[in-house]
Amino acid sequence: MIKTDICIIGAGPVGLFAVFEAGLLKMRCHLIDVLPQVGGQLSEIYPHKPIYDIPGYPSIKAQELIDQQMEQIAPFQPTFTLGERVESLQKQDDGSYHVISSDGTVIHCQVVVIAGGLGCFEPRKPDLTNLELYEKSHVHYMVKDPERFRDKRIVIAGGGDSALDWTVFLANVAKEVTLVHRNDSFRGAPDSADKVYRLAQEGKINLLLSHNLVSLGGNGHLEHIHLTNKQKENVIVPTEDFIPLYGLSPKLGPIAEWGLHIDKNAIEVDTFDYATNVERIYAIGDINTYPGKLKLILCGYHEAALMCQSAFKYVYPDQKLSFKYTTVNGVNAF
Amino acid sequence: MENIIHITVEDRDGATQTIEVPTDINLSVMEILKASAYDILATCGGMALCATCHVQVLNGSDALPDATDQELDMLDTLPDADMESRLACQLHLTNNNDGLRLKIKGALQ
Repeated sequence: MIKTDICIIGAGPVGLFAVFEAGLLKMRCHLIDVLPQVGGQLSEIYPHKPIYDIPGYPSIKAQELIDQQMEQIAPFQPTFTLGERVESLQKQDDGSYHVISSDGTVIHCQVVVIAGGLGCFEPRKPDLTNLELYEKSHVHYMVKDPERFRDKRIVIAGGGDSALDWTVFLANVAKEVTLVHRNDSFRGAPDSADKVYRLAQEGKINLLLSHNLVSLGGNGHLEHIHLTNKQKENVIVPTEDFIPLYGLSPKLGPIAEWGLHIDKNAIEVDTFDYATNVERIYAIGDINTYPGKLKLILCGYHEAALMCQSAFKYVYPDQKLSFKYTTVNGVNAF
Repeated sequence: MENIIHITVEDRDGATQTIEVPTDINLSVMEILKASAYDILATCGGMALCATCHVQVLNGSDALPDATDQELDMLDTLPDADMESRLACQLHLTNNNDGLRLKIKGALQ
């Protein structure tokens, strides 16, 4: 078991800065993030984009900001669990928490800080009848093991990169691949689209454009998918597996189940200290909401500073907090 | 009036209203819709990542700026997008967009 003072869920810029503010108050931090690297969306989505509203930097590339922040917090020796999603929190008898990850990692902490940004990216689900019925066994929102589909009849749905690329790949693995797309062409990804058109011309896949999903059917096992074509006529395609690939959308994920007050996918906090409605759990950065909330990195930094002042009482219940400037006291490393 | 246009918005339930939009304050359509109290998550804050500001352009699509590759890639992944679909966060209006008519389609969770 990992032991720390503060467990920070989310290792984006705001989570990282919380380590600094906590460190000034002698509180140790462990960060956990579902992504395999630190930096959150800055490193994952737009590492090379310049950011113009970080005080002191007229312009700084997203990844550079993260690199600088990592250097800034190094004296406080934060520890990390990366590539794991937090699944649950368990309150202990003394008020502390166990934070438990998807891989079974347990982090014991006095305070939980949710700095989860947009949340977790989860597969977008299509709207069709009986989806839940076959969801566990025959519906795949991502292709983890292509061999699973060897010599099977499969239907892939979607029109983005992922749907096109997996159609091309699985054409050589599965017995029969049908790609269903609701439009009559693909608007993006011209190279992948060309490959798909070519495979369809060669008769290696079935390409059903302008088709809409209606329902899944079968008798315990998935046997067919019901579609309608442009003329609204029914089309039945026999299939053993259904692979809807409609991209990922940011969701709160398991956080939504922790009894926190949620408004439109964001966690409600008190602007006094960015505490949630549950004692010892705070939320800072893009994942929180309050009147006047601005989703800015610099606002998250401010929230991190105030949160730490409040969290101190749980980590050091017998000590009085005295506020000190770094210009007076410097940064005293652990 | 200069730099004021009117656009018509159809909500998910079909309720339709025309709203006045200033074109000189550099707001995206997503921001305009939110400011007009429409229920839009806009989780990603305008980075074309979440598609919760998905709209269908019913009239006036020719006068809109072309979609970037990133916007098209995102639209292609949506289960309910069609050829009239756009992401409101990527649309900045000019005086040429007077009379734009759109329907809100973005997911609410």
